[in-house]
Amino acid sequence: MLITCPYCGPRDVIEFTYQGDGNRERPQPASQNLDAWNAYVYDRLNPAGDHNEIWQHSGGCRAHLRVVRNTVTHEILSTAFARGGHKTEGRS
Amino acid sequence: MSPRRTETGGRIDRLRTIRFTFDGAPYTGHAGDTLASALLANGVTLFGRSFKYHRPRGLLAAGVEEPNALVTVLRGEVREPNIAATMVEIYDGLVAVSQNRTPSLAWDIGALNQLGGKILSAGFYYKTFMGPVVGPLKGTRFWMFCEHFIRRAAGLGKAGTAHDPARYERMNAFCDVLVVGSGPAGLMAAKAAADQGARVILADLEANFGGSANWSGETIDGMHAADWAQRAVGQLEGNDNVRLLPRTTVWGYYDGNTLAALERVTDHKEVAAKGEPRQRYWAIRAGTVVLATGSFERPLVFPGNDRPGVMLAHAAERYAVEYGVLPGQRIALFTNNDSAYRSAVALKKAGAAVVAIIDVRADVSNEMRRLASDAEAELLAGHAVVATEGGKALTGLKVQRFDATGGALSGDERSIHADSLLMSGGWSPTIHLASQVGAKAEWDPARQAFLPPKPTQRRPNQQWIGAGAFTGSFSTAEAIAEGRAAGLQAAGGAASSAPLPVVEAAPGDPDPAPVFEIKAKGKSFVDFQHDVTAEDVRLAHREGFVSVEHLKRYTTLGMATDQGKNSNVPGLAIMAEALGKPIPEVGTTRFRPPYTAVSIGSLAAERFGDLKPERLTPMHDWHLANGARMYSAGLWYRPMIYGLAGETVEQTYVREARATRDSAGIVDVSTLGKIAVQGPDAAEFLDRVYTNMFSTLAVGKARYGLMLREDGLAFDDGTTWRLGEQDFLMTTTTANAGKVMQHLEYFLDVIWPELKVTVTSVTDEWAGAAIGGPNARAILASCVTGTAVDNAILPFMGIVHGRIAGVPVMICRLSFSGEMAFEVYSGAGYGTRVWEALIEAGKPFGLVTYGLEALGTMRIEKGHVTGAEIDGRTTARDLHLDWMLSKKKPFIGSAMMDREGLIGSDRLELVGVIALDNRALNGGGHIVEELDEANPHDSLGHITACCYSPALGKYIALALVEGGKARHGTRAFVSDPLRNRFGPVEIVSNHFFDPDGSRMHG
Repeated sequence: MLITCPYCGPRDVIEFTYQGDGNRERPQPASQNLDAWNAYVYDRLNPAGDHNEIWQHSGGCRAHLRVVRNTVTHEILSTAFARGGHKTEGRS
Repeated sequence: MSPRRTETGGRIDRLRTIRFTFDGAPYTGHAGDTLASALLANGVTLFGRSFKYHRPRGLLAAGVEEPNALVTVLRGEVREPNIAATMVEIYDGLVAVSQNRTPSLAWDIGALNQLGGKILSAGFYYKTFMGPVVGPLKGTRFWMFCEHFIRRAAGLGKAGTAHDPARYERMNAFCDVLVVGSGPAGLMAAKAAADQGARVILADLEANFGGSANWSGETIDGMHAADWAQRAVGQLEGNDNVRLLPRTTVWGYYDGNTLAALERVTDHKEVAAKGEPRQRYWAIRAGTVVLATGSFERPLVFPGNDRPGVMLAHAAERYAVEYGVLPGQRIALFTNNDSAYRSAVALKKAGAAVVAIIDVRADVSNEMRRLASDAEAELLAGHAVVATEGGKALTGLKVQRFDATGGALSGDERSIHADSLLMSGGWSPTIHLASQVGAKAEWDPARQAFLPPKPTQRRPNQQWIGAGAFTGSFSTAEAIAEGRAAGLQAAGGAASSAPLPVVEAAPGDPDPAPVFEIKAKGKSFVDFQHDVTAEDVRLAHREGFVSVEHLKRYTTLGMATDQGKNSNVPGLAIMAEALGKPIPEVGTTRFRPPYTAVSIGSLAAERFGDLKPERLTPMHDWHLANGARMYSAGLWYRPMIYGLAGETVEQTYVREARATRDSAGIVDVSTLGKIAVQGPDAAEFLDRVYTNMFSTLAVGKARYGLMLREDGLAFDDGTTWRLGEQDFLMTTTTANAGKVMQHLEYFLDVIWPELKVTVTSVTDEWAGAAIGGPNARAILASCVTGTAVDNAILPFMGIVHGRIAGVPVMICRLSFSGEMAFEVYSGAGYGTRVWEALIEAGKPFGLVTYGLEALGTMRIEKGHVTGAEIDGRTTARDLHLDWMLSKKKPFIGSAMMDREGLIGSDRLELVGVIALDNRALNGGGHIVEELDEANPHDSLGHITACCYSPALGKYIALALVEGGKARHGTRAFVSDPLRNRFGPVEIVSNHFFDPDGSRMHG
C-alpha cells in the first residue's frame, strides 16, 4: 500500500502509523457531555468502503494526514494534512 | 548410458557428467538435469512414501506442482525438507534423501497403515482425538499422549535444527511491466513491452526461460520452438531496460501492484560465487503485471492412479523432450482430451513404444485418430482405466468400456501390459496470483476449468493483464498473439497489426470431456500428497460438510505443500457430483500467498540476530569500564548495579542505596525522554496536556506533571522545566518517551492546529546525571562555577546554569530518591566529562555510583510511581495523585476521569506492603485476606515493585490493593503459588521513608 504524503510523496505504508478513525469529533475541552466524550473515545466507524482516517508519517516528516481509504480494496482516494491544506486527490 | 536415456535431444549436456547421491546411493546425471529427471534416467521409480498410508509414490509431474517426489536436500548439517525433486537442479556433490519412511524407502514399516485405511479416513483427527478412558488417562488426554506417535507416522520431511550459515538477500525493484512466466506468451509480452521502452522484469520459476516451448515440439517461425524461445531470450538479454530473473518464483501479489518473489540464486550450484546469497527475496512494485503463468494438467481420478509409473502426460513429454529421459518403454495413455495424443506422438518419436491410448470419449476426431496411428498406438475410445497393477513400479493396467455421459462401466476387464501410464484430465489455468488479489475465477463449461474473470483487471490497486494458457487459451498461436497484445497494452503502446510469429503445431480441441473420476473398486486419489481419496470427499459430504471451505479443512484436500495444484478441480468436481450441483455453484477457495513454499531465511534476509537498535547513553563506556552490570530497558542499556567482587545483586543495591542516603550517590538519567516544547502557546498547551497548571510556573523553575489519556486513566509523569517564557523542557519516563511525543504531535497537528507550539525530541541531545544525598550539595558546590547552589539561589525545583569542568551545565534541584538531589544536564557529547568531574568532586565525600536497582529501591522507599503502577489501568486517584488534578481548567482526560467505575471505593489503590516474615516479596504476588496457603482465594490486589529496604531494614513492596488507604495498618498475606511464597504482610502507606520530605527540602 502506498500513501502519498503531501510533503514526501508516495511512500510505503510501513513508514506510517495508523492514528485512528478520522470521523471522531472531539467535544469542546470544557464539555461535560459524557455521551459526546464516550462517542469520541470509544465509538469507531467500521465501514466496508471509503473511510476517513488519520495516519501519521511517523517514519518520515511526522505530519498527520487525513487519508480517505477504501477498506475493501485498500485504495487510497485522497490524502491531506490533518491540520488542513495541501489535499492530494487521486488514486494511488 | 542408461536404457531410459534417449540418444539425442533435450537441453541436457551429455558431455558433462554430474555425480550426486540419493538415499546414500551414488548416481550420475548430466548438466541440465533435475534430480527427478536424473533419477528417472537411472531407472528409479520410487521417490517417496505417501503422507498417511505410506503408499509407494513415483513422479507425477515434471514441474513445481509435483506432489509425491518430495526430498530433503542436505548441505552439511543443514537440511531443507519437502523440496520437489522436479525443482532441484543437480550439481556435483548434491546429497538428497527421501522422506516419511522407516527404515528405508523400499521397506517402509509405515506401509502397514494401508491395512487400516478405513480408520484413517477423512476427519481422522477430529473423530479420533476425543474418546475413551484408558487407565488414568481420560478421554482427550489419552489421545494427546498418542498424538506424538501418530503425528510421527504421518508426515513429510523433518526440519533441521542446525544453524543455517547461508546468506539471504532482500531487494526492492521497480518496473513498468512485470511479466510472470516465460512461455511463448510471456516472452512475447516482455519483448513487446521492452520494445516500447518500458522497464521490464521477466521472472520464471524454472531455470530455463521458454516454458512449454522447451518441450512442445512445435515449430515457431520455422525453427524449433525451444530455439525460438532461446532467440527471444537473447534479444531481451541485451536491453538495459529488461531484467531477467530465472529460478524466480513470484509467490505473492499484494495491494498497490506489489509482488513478492523468491530467486534461488545458488541452490543449483556446488559452491556459491563470492558475494552471492543463497536466495534473494524481491519486493517488486510493478506498473502493470502480465500474468503468463500457464496452466497445470490435471490427473484423472481412478483406482490405483497413484502407483509409481502413473504420470501426467505432459510431464512424460517434458522428460522425454526436455531431458531426454523416457518414463517407460511400454507406455499407455489415459485421457479425456486431445492433448495426450500429442504426448503420445512425442514419446513415440523419442523411442518408446506406445501400446494404447485409452480415451473416455467414444467420439474421437479423425485428426486424433491419425495422431494415434502416428504413435502406432491402439486407440481404445470409450474406455477407461479401472485398475493398475504392480508394486513399487507399474506392470500393467485394466481397462473397461466406459460411458462418458453417465460414467457407467461395462463389458469385461481387459489387461494391458505397460510400465508407464500417462494421464490427462484436462488443463487448469494457473490463476493463483490473480486469485490472491481478489479476482474471482469463473467456471468455463467448455474448457472445464476455472478461468480468470477477464483477461485484464484494472483496479486502482491491481493492474494485470493475462495472456496465454492463463486465460484458457491453450494453443501456442493464441499465446503468442495474447502475449504481444498484453505487452503492448501494459507498456501503453498501441495495438499492433504486424504479422505474428507463425506456429506449426499438432491439431487439437482444447475442450476436454467432463470426466474427472472413474468409479471402480479401489483407492482413487484426488490429493496425492495428503492421501485424500474420492471416497474421502464423498464421506465428508455424507457427514454434512457441504461448503468447499469445510470440505478442504475436513479432508485436508489441497492443504499440503503443493496447495492443491493438482487436486483442486477434481476434488471440487467430485464434491459437486455428490451435492448434485453444477461445479460453479460449489465454488472454489481463494488462493493465498505464497504460491510455493518460501524459506524463512529469505524473508528475514539481513534482518536476523538482534533486530533492535541499541540506545546507549553518553556515559555508557564509563559504566562498562567501572564494573556496571548493564540491564536492557526498552532499547536502552542502563547500569543495573556496580557490583564489587563477591557481592550479590541485593548486597550491591543495598550498599549503593545506603551510601546514597548516608552521603551521596550519582546515577545516569540520560535515558529520560526529553521534549522541547516551544512557542507563544507553549504554556497554554502544557495546561491542556498536564492535569496541573504550567502557565503559572515561573521561568527558572520546574514542576512535576501528570498526564492522563483521553479516557481519563493515568498516562505518564515527569518534570517539566520552564527555561524561558516560551521555552519548556519536558521530561518523560524512559519507556514512554516515544508515546508521549506522538501524543503531543497528534494534539498539535489534529486537534489544536491553532496553537503556536512546536515539539522537538531532544532526548539524545542531553546527558543527565542525578546526584543525591546529604552531601550532594557540597559536592556540587565544589565543582560548579558560575553559579551558587545554595538554598537561596537554587531552591527546591529551581534551575540554574553554570559550568562543570568548563562545560556549560543546567542544574535542576529535584529528587526521585527522596534525598537532597540535583539533576545535572549537559550537551550529550560532554556527558562523560561532566560525569567524571562529578565523580572526582565526590571522592572526598564517598560518593557512590548507583544503578537501576538502587534507584528502584529508593523510589519504593519513597512510594513514587513508575510504569509498574501507571500500568494503563490506574487513575490519578488510585495512585494518590489527585492533588495534581486541577479544578481550574479542563485537560486531556478531565471529562472522562470521573466516570462511574473509575471513582468507586472498590478500586485498587497504591499502598505499601511490609513482609512480616522477613522474606523477600515478588512482583506479581497477590495480596489475600485469609490464611489459606493451599487454596488462596479472593485476591485483594497485587505487588507491583519490591525490594529490600536498607532505610527500613525490611523487605517492602508497593502494591495495588482494593480499599487502599482504608487498609493501612492492617494485616494480610502475600500469596505467590508459582514461586511457593506465602506469608504475612502489613499494609501501610506507600510513603515508607521520610514521608514529609524533610530530607529533600533540606
